[in-house]
Amino acid sequence: MTDRADQRARWREAAGADAPDWRNALFVAPYLFVFATLLAFPLFWGVWLSFHKADFFSLGPFIGFGNYVRLFHDAVFLQAIENTFYFVLLTVPALALIGLFLALALNANTRLATILRSLFFSSSVLSVTIVTLIWRFVFIPQYGMLAAIFSLFGAEPPAFLTDPNLAMIAIAITTIWWCVGLPMMLFLAALQQIPGDVYEAAALDNASRWRTLVSITLPSIRRTFVLVAIVEIVMQFQLFGQAWLMTRGGPNNLTRPIVLHIYDIAFRRWDVGLGAAASEVLFALILVAAMLQYLASRRGDEP
Amino acid sequence: MTSAPSYSGVKRRGPGDYVVLALTIALSLAMLAPALWVISLSLKENHELMANPNSVFHPPYVIDNYLNIINGGGVLRWILNSVIVSVGTTFGTLLLSSLAGYGFARLNFPGRGVLFVIVLFGLAVPEQAVIVARHQIFSILKLHNTYQGIILPSLSNAFGVFLMTQYFRAIPKELDEAALLDNAGRFKIFWKVLLPLTLPAQATLGIFTFLLSWNDYFWPLISATRKEMYTLTVGMASMQVNFAQSEGVGFLMAQAVFAGAPIFIVYLFFQKYIVTAMSGAAVR
Repeated sequence: MTDRADQRARWREAAGADAPDWRNALFVAPYLFVFATLLAFPLFWGVWLSFHKADFFSLGPFIGFGNYVRLFHDAVFLQAIENTFYFVLLTVPALALIGLFLALALNANTRLATILRSLFFSSSVLSVTIVTLIWRFVFIPQYGMLAAIFSLFGAEPPAFLTDPNLAMIAIAITTIWWCVGLPMMLFLAALQQIPGDVYEAAALDNASRWRTLVSITLPSIRRTFVLVAIVEIVMQFQLFGQAWLMTRGGPNNLTRPIVLHIYDIAFRRWDVGLGAAASEVLFALILVAAMLQYLASRRGDEP
Repeated sequence: MTSAPSYSGVKRRGPGDYVVLALTIALSLAMLAPALWVISLSLKENHELMANPNSVFHPPYVIDNYLNIINGGGVLRWILNSVIVSVGTTFGTLLLSSLAGYGFARLNFPGRGVLFVIVLFGLAVPEQAVIVARHQIFSILKLHNTYQGIILPSLSNAFGVFLMTQYFRAIPKELDEAALLDNAGRFKIFWKVLLPLTLPAQATLGIFTFLLSWNDYFWPLISATRKEMYTLTVGMASMQVNFAQSEGVGFLMAQAVFAGAPIFIVYLFFQKYIVTAMSGAAVR
């Protein structure tokens, strides 16, 4: 054993394998170049832009926090922040709970369970454009599926996408339909990790199913629950396509999320400095949300 | 999904099972119904739908709308664009990630640790935080409305590097050392010895990248503003805004089904890889 390890160490030395050599960096250089020019540089350039008055063609004067001051005096932007939080609140708990339910219900080795798992994950592979196209034709008054169902019962269908109280809920339902596969799969993976003998012990003790679920299964997947929450919060904070394609942010900006606001000011009104500032605010919000969730999960682990 | 312990571990059926069963059936219907609705609309002739939207519930069902797609419209061009962009992105990502993954996992060079941490930090940066600056840079370089312009930003995604580094680390070092003894160069070891062993990871990353690229909406929407440069995702979006004035509901629905079908077929064949990659990207 030691002889072989020794020998290997000598080979490595002879080949110079472990000595730092700048030529080795040639392998990572292509990626690092792309990373530096298309991710790192734009990240800092974006911060720089947010301190300037800038349009499509030119970088104007430095105005310090001027753009940020403007943003937080802009009722529409504040509305967009509120909308985004509302949307996250509508979708993330629902995604986590439905995902968990499906994982528990479909964690079996039967053919039917396999088919249903595929079904619930299948919508996740569609693009946002197709998803919104499908769901518009669920919600719209004419040709809409819900309208047809309502009329079967002789009821007048509400105009889901133009009603101020319903529009965001309609977008949330669309999003849950689109995204529920991932939380389900993450919970399923966690359930597979629970050792089977724990359940055998519980069965020997004649523990009821509910009791087994509450005192064995749920505690074992607590970390996954936090993980799902973080992943979904970060993802749903970036709502854009559904709102842009289904309602254009209306009615009265009530479904306008932060990203749609960024798109509108930076790429339609070409107030680039202001758009950059708004995107920094979004970035900060996402980081804070992820951090809080992470800290909460750490504390939960040490009773 | 093998040897799954049932969450109960008990075989008896109780009233709880029926609640679970009923809920599962309800959710399955909720998943299926919208898709079936769209497919049935796509099989109806426009004039019949215009006269009576409820005609969707009974025959005749026809495939005319699908035939019309092949005869005209931008959809075929958009599909071609999407194929070029997705294939380009996938190959670019696999190449850069494999090279960098090998470098970070196996080779020593000054600053390796720090650089890897910086790259990992890149995983936390959302697209929106860099998109305004990126758009300006691409304007200056005149890259908008080109294939490179749509492809390049995705290549900076750090997930592939992270995945490939993990994978290379898991390969026993004895293999490199044996090759070193044969006086093989670094690149030859990478190309001939190690790369073939990473095929499962290449497949997972490749299919995942293809899917993300095919479905990407935000960057192509901003960068590809000319109709003939639209990807399928952007093109489909451009049509649904004014569907009432366009060629009709049945035709629009047929295009939706037609556009969704390729990716759905990919999903049916590569489901395992896609689930693995999407879970992996979420967990990191």
